[in-house]
Amino acid sequence: MIRVLVSPEAIDAAAEMAALEADGGAVATFTGLVRADDGVSVLELEHYPGATEAALMRLVEEARARWGLTAATIVHRVGPMRPGERIVFVGTASAHRAAALEACAYLIDRLKTDAPFWKRETVGDETRWVEARAHDEAAAQRWRDG
Amino acid sequence: MGDSVKILYFAWVRERVGVAEEDVSPPTGVDTVAALIEWLAARSDAHAAAFAERHRLRAAVDQAFVPLGSPIAGAREVAIFPPVTGG
Repeated sequence: MIRVLVSPEAIDAAAEMAALEADGGAVATFTGLVRADDGVSVLELEHYPGATEAALMRLVEEARARWGLTAATIVHRVGPMRPGERIVFVGTASAHRAAALEACAYLIDRLKTDAPFWKRETVGDETRWVEARAHDEAAAQRWRDG
Repeated sequence: MGDSVKILYFAWVRERVGVAEEDVSPPTGVDTVAALIEWLAARSDAHAAAFAERHRLRAAVDQAFVPLGSPIAGAREVAIFPPVTGG
């Protein structure tokens, strides 16, 4: 099972995990939550409709081929959200744990640099676009080198 | 004039240009993303401001990420945006 979803709706992590468990002997998942860093009250995600879904599907297909996954899921939220809410869910299923764990880490790292999402934070009355970070690019690069 | 191409802007590039998309017909000499950005920058003060820091711009041609030196021949859609920050 391959599943990619980009949506403004809240992410149901339990339902996503149950679907993965139907397909593998080992399931690894990652859930990203909105942090309240520096008093952030709202985090808004913009994306590139169509291109985003295609980019996520490419990543999932690459991971499935590289690690022989039985299932993989990426659900990414867009639009406004508040601290504590889920922003992204990544899940992988395989026969054994190493493939599921590595593929999950791979997808998290590549998501940061290879999918067209942009974050904007609201702090007090001000909004600002979140800058890309060099260490995210380095984390993604290590999978290309490997 | 060359063929019409749809230009999409995202995040602060979109805010600075003032529109999310526009259809343009660049002249035939404008044959790379970088050349397209140079040409677009002359359209208005808002475009010039959006593209002032070229090193902070990224692009996609027909929805695939590409380096700014990439050709745009035959492209139907070019997107210009800041480095991505998802996940």
